[in-house]
Amino acid sequence: MNQLINYTLHLADNSLILGHRNSEWTGRGPVLEQDIAISNIALDLIGQARNFYQYAARLINDSTSQPATEDSLAYLRDANEFKNCLLVEQTNGDWAKTVLRQFFFSAYQYLLYQQLQNSRDEMLAAIAEKSLKEVTYHLRWSSEWVIRLGDGTEESHVRMLKAVDELWVHTDEIFESVSYELTVAREGFGFDVSLLKNDWQKKVKDVFDEATIPFPADIKPGVRWFGKEGKHSEHLGYILAEMQFLQRAYPNSEW
Amino acid sequence: MSNTKHHIVDSADSNGIWKILEEIADPEVPVLSIMDLGIVRDVKTNNDEVEITITPTYSGCPAMDVIRMNIRMVLLQLGYKKINIATALSPAWTTDWMSDTGKEKLKAFGIAPPTTKQQVCHTELFHVGEAIECPRCNSYNTRLISQFASTACKALYVCEDCKEPFDYFKCH
Repeated sequence: MNQLINYTLHLADNSLILGHRNSEWTGRGPVLEQDIAISNIALDLIGQARNFYQYAARLINDSTSQPATEDSLAYLRDANEFKNCLLVEQTNGDWAKTVLRQFFFSAYQYLLYQQLQNSRDEMLAAIAEKSLKEVTYHLRWSSEWVIRLGDGTEESHVRMLKAVDELWVHTDEIFESVSYELTVAREGFGFDVSLLKNDWQKKVKDVFDEATIPFPADIKPGVRWFGKEGKHSEHLGYILAEMQFLQRAYPNSEW
Repeated sequence: MSNTKHHIVDSADSNGIWKILEEIADPEVPVLSIMDLGIVRDVKTNNDEVEITITPTYSGCPAMDVIRMNIRMVLLQLGYKKINIATALSPAWTTDWMSDTGKEKLKAFGIAPPTTKQQVCHTELFHVGEAIECPRCNSYNTRLISQFASTACKALYVCEDCKEPFDYFKCH
């Protein structure tokens, strides 16, 4: 049960943190239509996160005496309790970095939710089924932007290469299953993400080919951080400081 | 507090409630009722208890919370004491569930309704879908500006004939 809760929180945290990052663009997008697009994607992701948090809260309340709500899970956990992967907490950078981060993530979510729809856990299956329709839009939108910039002007091409350089190192973590992922995969509730890596790389390669971006070399093994296990970069702390301030300073406040 | 209820006899309650739900508007697209949208999945009643199951359009649609509140308010006014509004995520909502009258109302309101032939978003890049009819001048000479528009459920188009931009309630 604990591992199912951890897994559900991992899925929720991924969506919430990327949703929050994308929402930082609201009012600052490069053109109005794309400001609206990235804000819509933020909204979809935060909505998906709410579904996962509500379910996690139900599981927690059924199995422990520490009551939880979707809000307490989002606003009152500290950085080391967050289980999102490092990719989603990276700073927005320029538009190239933001759309590339979205593309890497949407391609992963698209593959994962296709599998998760068949989960033995009815609630996870339902959330995946529902979210998949939204993620399809995100994947298409972000793929098209990677191509538009990669195969665009000299300037946009260089910026896309720089974004690849900054983000690629964070993609390996996504496909290395940690203990709770392996446990829920064994039980038929979750899915072993390492099995998705080939399909994900193929998708990335197809889009990169069209974007005239060389497919990056394998990441050299070395010291690895796992956001999924609560070991985050400094960026997450800043996100939580902004996102959680109000609830911590004025507990239970609403508007 | 009197026990008399304003609504019709118990045996017909759920039928009555289906009718009442036709009066509750979508706060984002007020010409549509929640019945037109096709988000009400089930109504169950038992004396002063009622359970209504709705399915969200998009996961993050802020209108859903308002809709839940509006349903609750209407049922409270009718004398129901125990109101449960459940959410069903599966099967996922689709614009196929939108009523024909709903589609007509959308067009009259200036929003292009979802095409009759259900088209779902797929990952084929730069794909050009079926032409969308301009709700103002009925021209099919229209162009997609963005798959994302003023609300999650709409895309942004422009008509090349009358030159007006318009919202399209996209297939989902």
